[in-house]
Amino acid sequence: MFLTDLPIGNKGEIMDLTARGNQRRRLLDLGLIPGTTVVAKRKSPSGDPIAYLIRGTVLALRKEETDLVNVS
Amino acid sequence: MGLTADSSGINVLKENFNLELERDMTVIALAGNPNTGKSTVFNGLTGLRQHTGNWPGKTVTQAQGVFTHNGQDFMVVDLPGTYSLLSNSTEEMIARDFICFAQPDATIVVADATNLERNLNLVLQVMELTDNVILCVNLMDEAKRKNIDIDIGGLKQELNIPVIPAVARDGKGLDEIKEMAYKISYDFIDIYPIKMNYSEDVEKAVEKIVPILESSIGEIANKVNLRWLALRLIEGDRTILKSINKYYMNVDEDINVIKEHEVQADGVG
Ligand SMILES: Nc1nc2c(ncn2[C@@H]2O[C@H](COP(=O)(O)OP(=O)(O)OP(=O)(O)O)[C@@H](O)[C@H]2O)c(=O)[nH]1
Ligand SMILES: [Mg+2]
Repeated sequence: MFLTDLPIGNKGEIMDLTARGNQRRRLLDLGLIPGTTVVAKRKSPSGDPIAYLIRGTVLALRKEETDLVNVS
Repeated sequence: MGLTADSSGINVLKENFNLELERDMTVIALAGNPNTGKSTVFNGLTGLRQHTGNWPGKTVTQAQGVFTHNGQDFMVVDLPGTYSLLSNSTEEMIARDFICFAQPDATIVVADATNLERNLNLVLQVMELTDNVILCVNLMDEAKRKNIDIDIGGLKQELNIPVIPAVARDGKGLDEIKEMAYKISYDFIDIYPIKMNYSEDVEKAVEKIVPILESSIGEIANKVNLRWLALRLIEGDRTILKSINKYYMNVDEDINVIKEHEVQADGVG
């Protein structure tokens, strides 16, 4: 499933990124590397962005980015 | 007014980066992920001899200050906290352009000892851009509290750069940072950071692009790290070309002669 669809409070493992170019680079720099465990922490009132715990840091990511990340 | 091939570096620093340099002073940059203690290190190094403003044309706060060590003055510049140097944000662009174009005598990357893996991404990126890198592993007290053991010697060996453990809030490690900045800036030691090699496709593309850059950006080719520049272009980051135009306005040729298809390579990232 997409990272976007990981329910709040749940844990997932990043399988792969479908992002390309600069966007892919940005996600990798933020620590979204295949094999990484992510936890969906909370949603903003509008549902976008969503905050995730990734490699020891909580980061807010937009749907347009999390739709490009597959997790299991 | 931008840098001309013969204008001195000091003017570039003043005009493009707002640095209050009165003479040819040694410049030290502080880089690092957000919230790793850069400003605490900055305050500890410079004390009251500091001054804040904005980065030219940006709403991002800039702090610069001076410390004296072994009778020499050092200007320290506190860069915005970033996870990367790849210009996805104003902060990243500032940090990247400062290290790439202001070419500080040394760059200190302040890392969080409790979250080293994440922090090392930026360390590797800085090492790719400049040789004069010092890694400051800060928040060593927090690491100890969390039973995290940091192998400083192992880091030194793996990265081949100076690594200084610190507790910036208590002023621990600052003297060592000053001494190392002094040694590097005054050429008492040379640093050869470990260099990253990429897949064959990428390395081949780099080999192809570097000569194109050499012939298309003229004299600037001697001033910027061409391998690094080639890697950015392969990644599809063309903002770096804009920055070159901005800091070296006397380029005679249009650097956009570098065509998209010449900088494509697979397997990046
Ligand atoms: N325990 C501990 N806390 C520290 C240390 N160094 C800094 N801090 C604290 O960490 C927090 C962040 O420090 P800053 O110096 O603002 O970090 P920064 O890297 O400049 O942050 P940004 O500019 O927002 O990226 C502050 O509350 C500091 O007091 C340290 O060595 N140990
Ligand atoms: Mg700061």
